[in-house]
Amino acid sequence: MKLTNIDLEKLIPENLISVTKMERRAFLKIGLVITGVFAGGRILSVTSNVSEAFASGKDFVDQYPYKPHYSMVIRQGLCIDCERCLKACKETNSVPDYGYRTRILTKIVTDAVGRKREFIPILCNHCNDAPCTRACPTRATYKNKENGIVMMESKKCIGCKMCILACPYEARYFNAERHAIDKCNFCWDTRLSKGEKLTACSYVCPTGARIFGDMSDPDNVAYKMVHQVEKQVWVLRPESGTKPNVFYMKATRSSPWDLRKQDGAR
Amino acid sequence: MLGKIKKETAERWGYMGFKSLFSSGIYFNVFAFLGLVTIAGLAVGLHGTYTGYHNVYGVTRQIPWGVLISGYIFCVVTSTGLCLVSSIGHVFGYEPYMPIAKRAVFLSIAFMLGGFIIIFFDIENPHRMAIYNLLSPNFTSNMWWMGTLYGLYLLALIVEYFFLLDQNHSMSRLAGLFGVLFGVAAHSNLGAVFGMLHGREFWYGPYMPIYFIVSAMMSGGAAIIFFSCLAWKIDRTVLTRRMERAIMAVCQLTILLIAIILFFTFWKIISGIVSPEKYIAIQAFLTGPYAPNFWIAELGFGLVIPFILLIRSKGINTNLMFIATGFMLVGIFFMRYDLVLAGQIVPVFHALHVEEYSSLLLYTPSLHEISVVTAGILIAIVLYLGGEKVLNAHKFQKHAIVPPGAFICQGCGGIHYMKEGESQDDALKRHHRMRKVDREDEHA
Repeated sequence: MKLTNIDLEKLIPENLISVTKMERRAFLKIGLVITGVFAGGRILSVTSNVSEAFASGKDFVDQYPYKPHYSMVIRQGLCIDCERCLKACKETNSVPDYGYRTRILTKIVTDAVGRKREFIPILCNHCNDAPCTRACPTRATYKNKENGIVMMESKKCIGCKMCILACPYEARYFNAERHAIDKCNFCWDTRLSKGEKLTACSYVCPTGARIFGDMSDPDNVAYKMVHQVEKQVWVLRPESGTKPNVFYMKATRSSPWDLRKQDGAR
Repeated sequence: MLGKIKKETAERWGYMGFKSLFSSGIYFNVFAFLGLVTIAGLAVGLHGTYTGYHNVYGVTRQIPWGVLISGYIFCVVTSTGLCLVSSIGHVFGYEPYMPIAKRAVFLSIAFMLGGFIIIFFDIENPHRMAIYNLLSPNFTSNMWWMGTLYGLYLLALIVEYFFLLDQNHSMSRLAGLFGVLFGVAAHSNLGAVFGMLHGREFWYGPYMPIYFIVSAMMSGGAAIIFFSCLAWKIDRTVLTRRMERAIMAVCQLTILLIAIILFFTFWKIISGIVSPEKYIAIQAFLTGPYAPNFWIAELGFGLVIPFILLIRSKGINTNLMFIATGFMLVGIFFMRYDLVLAGQIVPVFHALHVEEYSSLLLYTPSLHEISVVTAGILIAIVLYLGGEKVLNAHKFQKHAIVPPGAFICQGCGGIHYMKEGESQDDALKRHHRMRKVDREDEHA
């Protein structure tokens, strides 16, 4: 084959130089989003990274040491702040007006396209390494050995409020009627121990924003939700190293087609 | 019971009987007034117990520890500091510090009781604490260790003080050693109560236990100087050469400790500014709503003004030292208040950028809280005022920790050794003449 007509000097090489900076940046962004580095390492985008959140080896039993291992998946985008969960929680667990076991926080993103508000339900994370149980002087709060729920033994509570400070999720308050600290226990005494499968809040949630389940069972819906390669899963305040059992993920309601329509409307 | 103390025991203890309180009209009036204020404060506190603390206290779910914890820390810090500073003398044997021991240990117990009374009104179910601290202990909990170690510490202090009263110095030394050990353990553990909250960036780390011990000694030095100077204002005859010398030594130590706490504060701020998590809390104290607390009370009253005044007093000018340490005690109270609040004003979810936690959390002490803290601190002061009269201004009849063959010099207050066959007078003359000769040699 004759190549005399081709000036090799003038050919543009197909290497990094010929890719524009914008293209490279876009490519890197995709990669970073997939690996979760983009969000400061907080987003655990693939299943293997869930185990990193636990930092306890890859062993399944280490990750979810309880049987059943109760957990909740919050699908953040789906919460509409109807507060039915708060009401159900108050009624089921006789929570007084001055306190709450779960709460919905509002996030307003002013420069977002379309919807500007997002609601973030919070509750006790029933951490595997719960700082509150270490802080309690009398073991009034403890991890249940079977199901990993962080529970209260009210009669032992001296009311020093150390656990309120130790908790990085503000999940605890002093209940004057019980003369003890009160907190979410996944409705253990009011529902789960009586054979119900769901907590009051996840039972009443109309949009499926709160998925309650058992992480020790790979067939359980909560397990399946968290262990999808294509979904981003994160936990709140991972820097505290508490290995929380409430997982957050986005359930996107705006597909690319919706966004394109919005563009057209403008 | 105290009324029936035998005569020789009373003499040994320096016990003057409760009638001595009535010797001066003004003194008794002040004593009674402060006592009544204390009782009133406790009554307000008990009203809070009756109506439920959540109705009357300013603390919230987000800021569960308020001025009560600050007051408690102020009292126990002062108590530990008094114990540690006085132990330099009567436990570890450095002579100049020996004369302060009796008053310091007495005050240490008084402040500890004040602290316990404040925490009694903070803990919701103190009766359960008595039961379940024993029945269901959690050895990984700093709070459990705090209760236990401070209990042991108070016990050691009381034993130590009993032997000090009884002039049994070898036993008081032994008990004092346990007091120091439990004191350091309990107090650094109190620092760890804050320092081991890894969900709270501002407190987390080994800084807190170290800071607590050093600032305890600073508070202790300030309290000794303040209450000794006050004792001299009450009764000028208490001021002996030896005591003067002791206060000078404590004053020098306190100046050093202020300097140390100044650079502790400095580096805490500098390192906090570069940490994104601590930055918000630090800013609240540098330029935000807590700036007056920090700049005027903590830094001005607590550190800078006393630093200058104490240096100017040269450890001799009691009026200046009295004012300086008075400022200092006020400043130190604000230091504790700021420390307790700083870790809590930044909401735990501030990084989520949600509407609910977009600003700093604020806390204002309520009347009930202030009353209880006032009562707790006043209890220590009332006990002090009582002790000055009833226990004869904590004077030592004799001090056994003078080595054999030595004596306490009437002139300079130091310890001089006698040569064989020499009288105290001769030794005194020899000692001071020799010094004079030395000085003349230098001049020549």
